[in-house]
Amino acid sequence: MIKKECIIVGGGPAGLCAAAMALASGCEVLLIDRSPKLGGQLMKQTHKFFGSKNQYAKWRGFDIAEKLVSDIIGHPKLTVLLNSTVVGLYRDQVITVLCDEKYSRYQADALLIATGASEKFLAFENNDLPGVYGAGAIQTLMNMYGVLPGKNVVMVGSGNIGLIVSYQLIQAGAFVSTIVEAAKIIGGYKVHASKLVRLGTKILPSTTIKRAIGTDHVEAVEIISLDENYKEVAGSSRIIPCDAVCVSVGLSPMHHLLSMIGASTKYIPELGGFVPLVNDRFQTSLPAIFAVGDCVGIEEASAAMMEGYLGGLYLSEYLSKSHPDHAKLVSQYEKELFLLRDGPFGQKTKAGLKKMEDAKKNAE
Amino acid sequence: MRIKNHPILTFPVQEEIEFTFEGKPVKGLKGDTIASALSALGIMTLGHSIKRNRPRGFYCAIGNCASCNMIVNGISNVRTCITPLQANMDVRIQKDKGVIQ
Amino acid sequence: MLNKDGVAGSEQIASVFPDRETLIKPKAILECFEEIPCNPCSTSCPVNAIEIGENINDKPHLHVDVCTGCGICIFSCPGLAIMVAQIRGDQAVFRVPYEMLPLPVKGDIWYGIDRSGEVLCDALIENVSFTKRQDKTAILTVSVDASYLHTFSTVRVKEHE
Repeated sequence: MIKKECIIVGGGPAGLCAAAMALASGCEVLLIDRSPKLGGQLMKQTHKFFGSKNQYAKWRGFDIAEKLVSDIIGHPKLTVLLNSTVVGLYRDQVITVLCDEKYSRYQADALLIATGASEKFLAFENNDLPGVYGAGAIQTLMNMYGVLPGKNVVMVGSGNIGLIVSYQLIQAGAFVSTIVEAAKIIGGYKVHASKLVRLGTKILPSTTIKRAIGTDHVEAVEIISLDENYKEVAGSSRIIPCDAVCVSVGLSPMHHLLSMIGASTKYIPELGGFVPLVNDRFQTSLPAIFAVGDCVGIEEASAAMMEGYLGGLYLSEYLSKSHPDHAKLVSQYEKELFLLRDGPFGQKTKAGLKKMEDAKKNAE
Repeated sequence: MRIKNHPILTFPVQEEIEFTFEGKPVKGLKGDTIASALSALGIMTLGHSIKRNRPRGFYCAIGNCASCNMIVNGISNVRTCITPLQANMDVRIQKDKGVIQ
Repeated sequence: MLNKDGVAGSEQIASVFPDRETLIKPKAILECFEEIPCNPCSTSCPVNAIEIGENINDKPHLHVDVCTGCGICIFSCPGLAIMVAQIRGDQAVFRVPYEMLPLPVKGDIWYGIDRSGEVLCDALIENVSFTKRQDKTAILTVSVDASYLHTFSTVRVKEHE
């Protein structure tokens, strides 16, 4: 077994920022990611980011990934394991890593989980037909491998991911005829929506997919209108030809490693599903184990970065290696995080965090 | 279908990699996963469901969902969406649970 | 309605356009109608004409008299929600962001498109700017009949017949 001062699981925006702060505080860091490259979902984002300067606003996602990676790579106290999946976590901060069909074990003084999120799915007839894709899969195919999954796509879901992936599909040369949204209003930022509509995409609120049509691959979809109670409006069925359906109906936090060791979790819908309960220092119910980013609650990458910086700072403090500017940096990133959540789009997260507070009180 | 021109991204020309799909010789590119190469070739059915024999295709692209499991060089349940393509791989559609060799 | 179909209403649009006399000089048109955490338009403006303030969720406010119409905000806005407009005789001249291929070339006639994606009119491409600083967001200078001042939104290539 190999011992490390701190281990960070997940090399997306949250994990990379946490690693940067832990390294800057003088900690020895082992950063593990299951994919062949660091950067997580940022690698697949071709659009310019929202936020302010401290979240690299107006930088394109893949450029932010490159910047966050370059901030840490080559640091003498950093070890990176790629193509490596953490398949086991134990209460004494031991992890089992699977890489190239070989298992190895590591033990840390403190661990930080930044495993991100996985996509939610939607039940409809023929949802298993080839040609029905998750939004992340389409981004991966298009933007990492340069392969276009379809020429005429129907998008299910109008959250920011659905809107962004639609725009990316058009940039890659596809046509996105329709975005259906079960809710009464568009879920994501309206600037993203407007950008698509002027390119010829129709966004249909109070509408959902009833079934995919085709024998061995998608050839069309049947869509229906929904009433106030999300029930089908009689006679509203329409058939829309397409060769691909993209399902973008939200994300679930990847809490599984933490659940494995019995860290306290709670189902909080506003945060995306089951989440570990963390305190103000992003510490789980197991004091040596921290968690940041989407695995603690679904938000934008900008918030994941701020949580990552904070998590890295608190982790270092726990290891008695506080960053020389700990207090100043903490207050700066706390303020940034507060501002990111201070608008209407932050209300859901705030409500979720309130529920987390209540759950922790009840647990005491 | 390969994306040739993109307003934001550039995809450098890569060398071709020959492999076989269902015994037929086909080509992918260096940097592909098995599934991205098949997707670029327009091959959508990668497997069949065990009980009802329904076609299965590419779905998650991150090795989570098992929809792209195929038989590669005789080994079943290979997650082709995260397995790098290599020359002369023998890639076949999987229709059963697979057998441990 | 913006919330339902992504198309801003005519009153919303009118509210972000200065009057025609003011538009003798080019001015930024900020089509940002929602409180989202974002401020690059404000921080990138070299003359501090766009105000958001401490809370980055606040909507941007344009100080029309200060705006020089330089267009830096066009490619700084991650939402591609800013254009620069000017009245020149009987023509409305726009500078709009564009991130699709193919790019037009100077002198092309493309379709002028409204905010719901419908064809409005012919649009003359007067210039195409694609500098490094713009980071792959092209800026097209386009002229259309001035009657389309409040309805023009972007351009679309005419399909080859």
